[in-house]
Amino acid sequence: MSATVRQKVMVLYLGTSALDSPVKGWSMYDGTGKDSYTTGDSSVPPYNNGLDALLDGWRVIQIPTLIPPYPGEEYTTSFMKYPFVFEKLEEVDA
Amino acid sequence: MTQTLDKKYLLNSQQMAEFVARGFIRFDGLVPDELNEAAMRDIDNNAIVGAPAGTPLSQCYEGTSIRQILDMPEIQGIIQSLVGADPLFDHDAIHVREPNQGSAQGLHADSIIDLRTNFDIQIMYFPHDIPLEMGGTLLLPGSQYRRVNEMDIAGYQNMLGQIAMVCKAGTILVLHHGIWHCGRQNKTDRRRYMFKVRLNPQVPQYRLWNTDDLDESYSKPKEIFAGRRDENSIQDILARGEPWFEAASGRLEVVNRIKQWRYLTGDDNFDVDYWLTRLENMPV
Repeated sequence: MSATVRQKVMVLYLGTSALDSPVKGWSMYDGTGKDSYTTGDSSVPPYNNGLDALLDGWRVIQIPTLIPPYPGEEYTTSFMKYPFVFEKLEEVDA
Repeated sequence: MTQTLDKKYLLNSQQMAEFVARGFIRFDGLVPDELNEAAMRDIDNNAIVGAPAGTPLSQCYEGTSIRQILDMPEIQGIIQSLVGADPLFDHDAIHVREPNQGSAQGLHADSIIDLRTNFDIQIMYFPHDIPLEMGGTLLLPGSQYRRVNEMDIAGYQNMLGQIAMVCKAGTILVLHHGIWHCGRQNKTDRRRYMFKVRLNPQVPQYRLWNTDDLDESYSKPKEIFAGRRDENSIQDILARGEPWFEAASGRLEVVNRIKQWRYLTGDDNFDVDYWLTRLENMPV
């Protein structure tokens, strides 16, 4: 039986633009189909900070871009500002 | 029912500050069992019927268990403190989460992006016990001032400090209209019910609660960054961060709360940790 590769994706919403800052929110998606995740399924973050994810074998594939506030919107809060996207590739049976 | 209400049923200033800071206030097991049982019967019999949007709440739900619950002085006190004695009915819903669901609802804020300083409330009523495996509404404390449009935030699966409403029958949860929330996955073999009604104020939300505890000293400036001195003071409640707050945006959330408190009290000089007074210093 041949093996093929599938992607697992994790988004960590961190406390600052630093990769080693604390995790404030998290989302997980498993392209291998082994695990499934949904809103509100965990109250404990998978890692304390982004660096811990690297130490566990995750690869960063996107870091947040710092965008200055639009004039007049300097005090407005909206989306989480520091989403870091990670991936792991896993072999599955084809 | 809009007759004069005893002050003891109104929220106090600490409770109002908690609502301003966290966007919700909960009252566990407030509704008695006989009314919870009546509400479940009314739900099963489709007896709970709303009204056209904009109808005064006093004219809604005549002859039903929901009317009896809304007429409880404790509930009247909550409503009056936040949106006035006879707010307008906006809409209602009996939210049902089916048994053994594969996933939860996505995180969202209700309605559409909303720029107002005045606010609506949503009353959520849980007529039966909600254990953790049944889900319960998930809410994110302190998210109410974030400007987002409905399901734009559905990608956020979990946030540090989120609250799953695990509660006893008869629990009342009151939300600021902007709070991020969703229906969690129901993993049991029973249906889960929650009744929700949204209310709009008809009056300015100016000192509607019991303000007897607002003495002259509560708003006096304190030393900045001296640590939290009194866990229950208004300033300290409004300064308290939530676990999910980012370092920088968390400060802006305190500013959002200060602005909300100024709106509610009419005190344009009120501040917490000097955040706005510093910016408003314009020597001439």
